[in-house]
Amino acid sequence: MSEPYRIQGDTGAWEVVIGLEVHAQVISKSKLFSGAATAFGAEPNTQVSLVDAAMPGMLPVINRECVDQAVRTGLALEAQVNEVSVFDRKNYFYADLPQGYQISQYQQPIVGEGVVQVDLPDGSVKAVGIERLHLEQDAGKSLHDQHPSKSYIDLNRSGVALMEIVSRPDLRSPEETAGYIRKLRSILRYIGTCDGNMQEGSMRCDVNVSVRRPDGPLGTRCEIKNVNSIRFVQQAIEYEARRQVEILEAGGSIDQETRLFDAARGETRSMRSKEDAHDYRYFPDPDLLPLKLDPARIAALKAALPELPDARKARFMRDYGLSLYDASTLIEERATADWYEAVVKGGKRDPKIAANWTISELFGALNKAGLDLGDSPVSAAALGGLLDLIGDGTISGRIAKDVFAEMFATGRDAAAIVEEKGLRQVSDSGAIAAIVDAVLAENPDKVAEYRSGKDKLFGFFVGQTIKRSGGKANPGMVNELLKAKLAG
Amino acid sequence: MAGILDLDLVAARDALRAREISSTELTSAYLARIEATRDLNAYITVTADKALAMAAAADARLAKGEAGALEGLPIAVKDLYCTEGVLTTAASHILDGFKPTYESTVTARLWDAGAVMLGKTNLDEFAMGSSSGTSYYGPPVSPWRSAQDAETRLVPGGSSGGSAAAVAGWAALAATGTDTGGSIRQPASFTGIVGLKPSYGRCSRWGIVAFASSLDQAGPMTRTVRDAAVMLTAMAGHDPKDSTSAAEALPDLEATLESGVKGLRIGVPREYRVDGMPSEIEAIWARGIEWLRDAGAEIVDIALPHTKYALPTYYIIAPAEASSNLARYDGVRFGLRVEGGSLAEMYANTRGAGFGAEVQRRVLIGTYVLSAGYYDAYYRKAQRVRALIRRDFDEAFRRVDAILAPTSPSDAFAVGANDDDPIKMYLNDVFTVPASLAGLPGMSVPAGLSARGLPLGLQVLGRMFDEAMVLRVGRAIEKAAAFSARPAMLEGV
Amino acid sequence: MSLDKATVASIAALARLRVPEDRLEAMVGDLNAILGFVEQLDEVDTAGVEPLASVTGHALPLRDDVVTDGGYPDRVTANAPDAAGSFYAVPKVVE
Repeated sequence: MSEPYRIQGDTGAWEVVIGLEVHAQVISKSKLFSGAATAFGAEPNTQVSLVDAAMPGMLPVINRECVDQAVRTGLALEAQVNEVSVFDRKNYFYADLPQGYQISQYQQPIVGEGVVQVDLPDGSVKAVGIERLHLEQDAGKSLHDQHPSKSYIDLNRSGVALMEIVSRPDLRSPEETAGYIRKLRSILRYIGTCDGNMQEGSMRCDVNVSVRRPDGPLGTRCEIKNVNSIRFVQQAIEYEARRQVEILEAGGSIDQETRLFDAARGETRSMRSKEDAHDYRYFPDPDLLPLKLDPARIAALKAALPELPDARKARFMRDYGLSLYDASTLIEERATADWYEAVVKGGKRDPKIAANWTISELFGALNKAGLDLGDSPVSAAALGGLLDLIGDGTISGRIAKDVFAEMFATGRDAAAIVEEKGLRQVSDSGAIAAIVDAVLAENPDKVAEYRSGKDKLFGFFVGQTIKRSGGKANPGMVNELLKAKLAG
Repeated sequence: MAGILDLDLVAARDALRAREISSTELTSAYLARIEATRDLNAYITVTADKALAMAAAADARLAKGEAGALEGLPIAVKDLYCTEGVLTTAASHILDGFKPTYESTVTARLWDAGAVMLGKTNLDEFAMGSSSGTSYYGPPVSPWRSAQDAETRLVPGGSSGGSAAAVAGWAALAATGTDTGGSIRQPASFTGIVGLKPSYGRCSRWGIVAFASSLDQAGPMTRTVRDAAVMLTAMAGHDPKDSTSAAEALPDLEATLESGVKGLRIGVPREYRVDGMPSEIEAIWARGIEWLRDAGAEIVDIALPHTKYALPTYYIIAPAEASSNLARYDGVRFGLRVEGGSLAEMYANTRGAGFGAEVQRRVLIGTYVLSAGYYDAYYRKAQRVRALIRRDFDEAFRRVDAILAPTSPSDAFAVGANDDDPIKMYLNDVFTVPASLAGLPGMSVPAGLSARGLPLGLQVLGRMFDEAMVLRVGRAIEKAAAFSARPAMLEGV
Repeated sequence: MSLDKATVASIAALARLRVPEDRLEAMVGDLNAILGFVEQLDEVDTAGVEPLASVTGHALPLRDDVVTDGGYPDRVTANAPDAAGSFYAVPKVVE
């Protein structure tokens, strides 16, 4: 176990307590309570229905898929799915909230307590509790920089379904928090309920930070709203924790308040209050009835869930013998894990070799070319084909790397390249023996040195032999023959 | 053409179908009558051109034999329903200039059935009131005058006062109203017409300016019970755009209309006999009970023990929901905007200037009863009492088929009276509010005249979704009452 | 429970409703009268009674995830007191 995270103050060490509220935009075609589209980046107010615009007499009707997505997410978080839940109105005034209230869930959310297993850098796993998940409407967008004295309102985003996922205050460091966000994001992407794109704003974090003496009573927390990258979350926590420690060490007290993270300065600062008294006057929305979930439907959704990241990682380590690092790398994105398993083809190919090739060669090449896996010129089947040629001895590992480079550059498959360039491995012992003899004959002094103890020269002979063969000599055979001839 | 206004909705419908009259003639007659009765201030907007165009189209369909259920019939619409392209105000300054780009589901159904729109009728602002006196456009006036004082203008009731005045004054063949705590039934009682509030969920609320979402219901205001049945049939129906819309199919409402009340059990709730109740209200109620007994019904004494708590329950729940429903009136997307130095100021200025006093009172009370620390004591408590009120009715309806009660604790009062006394105004709803809270159907039928010569209605309440029974019993009352009195102003029309 | 002027002023602020000073007194009186009237509910024994969630007893209907609405920015801004192209314009908000 690594050292616990502490802020060192003049009077001693402080522990940081962090809780996260993640707002995850639900993947669905239409909005939570209206039939308008949800796609990102449309022209202003073109994805706005009369309901979203809160015209007089408009009424909400709930989207079945959004409900299912919330249930799937709850199940993936090993959480309690509540068969009865209620939608409440959260009343406040703001320009991006046309109804003057947000339809949310207050006392009876759709999902209750769950857990996320966070992978810590030292390889250990920490269980972080989920308190609840509820569905609510997203607000519209305000643009404050288009006009000197006016703000412009675009309601395209108004009414898009959000899942608000609230963690217990179980996190204790910026690193743990980053791990939590990554794992949560990975789960959501695996089950397809949110794309987790923080830059586009489809996943936003509100970070609650307080400090206390280790194992002391909880301190007053401040909420840092709408942090949209993992790196900023970490920076915000560090800054805020230090800010609070400074105040407390100086004898002051922390005001509970809402703050913003200023990424340019790396600081948090107090938000000019948009609602001074946070009295949301929650009450059940009288335009909606309680939501009742059929247990059979919940069971069906559960049965249809894909294998989740942790389970997949465990299986890779157990069934494929992969290291924690390799397994973690491969399962991080579901598409990657699927790609890898297509190469392994149910165990027909050596999974460790496949993992090495995927991670070192393929990812390396993709990174260098600035491509995503989805745009890879080498398909899983093609890589598999290359591995087959190594596996049956057609080509050596060394040659395979060259072949791979050619595959990546041209998109052609391994067999074709090997044939065309005549790269077949030479495994004819007679042919290799002849080359070995020639090499040894041409280097009598080195042979003598080797025989008198300079073991390192073995590599020289191997290199020369392979070079003489145009790279095609079967390395294993070269080793064997050299050993034999050098020995006696 | 003098007799053309004499025809009730069913008679006019039949005459149109028989090609004895045309919709253009009928509509023109009503438009002329609207002009002649301008002093009633029953209308905020008269849509004369549109009405005539719709009438012409109706005549074309009638000629081809393609008549819809309400083909060619001129109807007035309470200005709470959004009508596409036509000014919709909710009788409020804050909706100045608002022309919806959409049509409410209920009115769309009326136009699909071939009805003709005469215009938008006056009401209490945002449907909050029992006199229609809070309208930004000035109060509508009842066509009736007291026999003892012909000078004093009287209220047509509220909040659907404009619709009531129009129907009673023959400035509309029929009208739509809305009823949240009695706003169809009470004006019907004051003006001697039929007003039907269906079960909650019967008619779609989509496109009707929301006051109190769990209580609002659209309904017809007509001359006769049968007219109400025909109109409700056209208005009602499940709407997938309204999550509270009922899926229950409306039965054939006319099928049992004339079946009479023989063998039916009629409940008389003892708690509706309130202290200080005017004797003439007691008297008309007793007469109603006699009529039904004479017609073969069994009269059953029932208890609705939580009746007296209905008004306070209503005056917590309705303002609470309204305070939230009216938050969207903020000067940003439609209606009045009064500028301010900041967004918050703009909101406060707009709403302060745009909402009248009663609306402001209710928004503030509503905001208060939902606020932190008070939600449990007020709103949640009220919803529990509401459950008890509904339970009382459910219990009673195990023993009876319908309930007979007065509609209103008095006949119509003068325009301006009670304006300064909100509580006194609220007490007007004492007999209508319980059924609203329970979501049950209720109808007021004109039963007789008060000592001042003003209409008094009787109220029939039924089980959830049992409008057919309400209409059947109402028809029996209508037959027995044989109410033929007319406001003096209708003489010679 | 009696409201004072300050409380009414703060409720008005919550409701974004400007009540001018000269009307505040009257409003306080009206609101207290209403609260006095509704306080009768304290008499009712509601132990064990669930708040009425729905008079119809139905469950919430669900709709299919299909795009059936939107795509008409002109209708959405048609009634706006201040529209800037397809945007709504409001006094600038400083965060």
